[in-house]
Amino acid sequence: MLFKRTLPLLVVFVLGIAMMIQYFIPHPISQSFKEGADNWIRIIGAFAIVLGLASFFHVHTRKIMRKNKDSIFSVVAIVSLIGMALIGILGKDGLDNWLFSNLYSYIIVPLDATMFSLLSFYIASAAFKAFKARNAMAFALLVTAIIVMLGRVSFGSFLNGLVEWIMVYPNTAAQRGILIGIGLGIIATSLKIILGIERSYLGGE
Amino acid sequence: MSISTNLWVWLAAFLTLTIYSFLYKDNIMYKFAEHLFVGASVGWSIAIIWHLTVFQYIIDPIKEAVLNKDVLGFILVLVPTIIGLMYFSRFSRSKGWIARWPIAVTMGYYTGISITPSIETNIFKQVEGTILTSFNPGSLGSWWALLLLVGVVTTLFYFFFSVKHAGFVGRTAKVGIWFVMIAFGASFGYTVMARVSLLIGRIQFLLHDWLGIIK
Repeated sequence: MLFKRTLPLLVVFVLGIAMMIQYFIPHPISQSFKEGADNWIRIIGAFAIVLGLASFFHVHTRKIMRKNKDSIFSVVAIVSLIGMALIGILGKDGLDNWLFSNLYSYIIVPLDATMFSLLSFYIASAAFKAFKARNAMAFALLVTAIIVMLGRVSFGSFLNGLVEWIMVYPNTAAQRGILIGIGLGIIATSLKIILGIERSYLGGE
Repeated sequence: MSISTNLWVWLAAFLTLTIYSFLYKDNIMYKFAEHLFVGASVGWSIAIIWHLTVFQYIIDPIKEAVLNKDVLGFILVLVPTIIGLMYFSRFSRSKGWIARWPIAVTMGYYTGISITPSIETNIFKQVEGTILTSFNPGSLGSWWALLLLVGVVTTLFYFFFSVKHAGFVGRTAKVGIWFVMIAFGASFGYTVMARVSLLIGRIQFLLHDWLGIIK
């Protein structure tokens, strides 16, 4: 129990308090402690990705073993992962390797941009279904969205002033309220974790 | 019209069209591109982590420490490496609890480091930006600043669920909903336009870089 639960909770407490306090101490020792902690977290985080990879391979190899009609796509995912990683790791010039750069620029970048641009079609149809002005508030949302969209295209330039006013005053007001709420949420949750009140991240037992 | 002779451009154009084929219906070409995207993205991340973290923060410092016979430097890299390796205990049913140690270090670090900046940027700076303004009744900007203050306070009332939204609190929260709805509308409009600009970018790529139809 000591090693399984008590000591990990103590580590969270000590490290949480230490990281909080170092922020207020502008001393070289405090700064080097922060830099050391940053490096430790980078190193520890790098190992966590192995768990993600294991999960990826587990899911896709299981699909391949089952030999269902979509298993060929799991082969595509695994081969592209291994290929890209090996070219990046073993290729000459490291990350500046021409093949690795080209694979990034001509496969990942266009796929990423196209995938997100695809959403412009679906977001429009979703809006058509969702934006029925059922009441005055829904109407306000609808009108604001239309004004902001029109104000961002050339023939809607006459709306620029109104768009700017919406973004600077009513929009900022609500965003600030939400940001303050998020800030309070982060502080409360962090304190609960540091003090050991919230411990679900340790799992069962 | 001058069609590109670069094979990489043809590959990018082919992948762009395979993704857009989903607009007709889900099909094997789309699924191929989708899985290729997932695999290539993860593979790219692994290569980046290998060079920018594993090499830079583990292998090179260990080599340097061994060459300089720097025992402290060696230990300072070895300890987090061992803690990181503890993640692999998740592969064992009986020893899975050991992974709690790297999780505990990560949680302690991130919770501690997030509190103070959060107080400063999410609370102090936002409150400061809302209330620190000189009020001049003759200036329109001052009235808008007052509107901003009303918006922030009423939005906070709306998100405050510890008291029942009735009476004064309920009426104030209702004003807050108006601000929230306008902000959501503005955010939605912005998101749509961001997606449309990506779409324009892809069409420009197809018509300019690939087919050479537009200059």
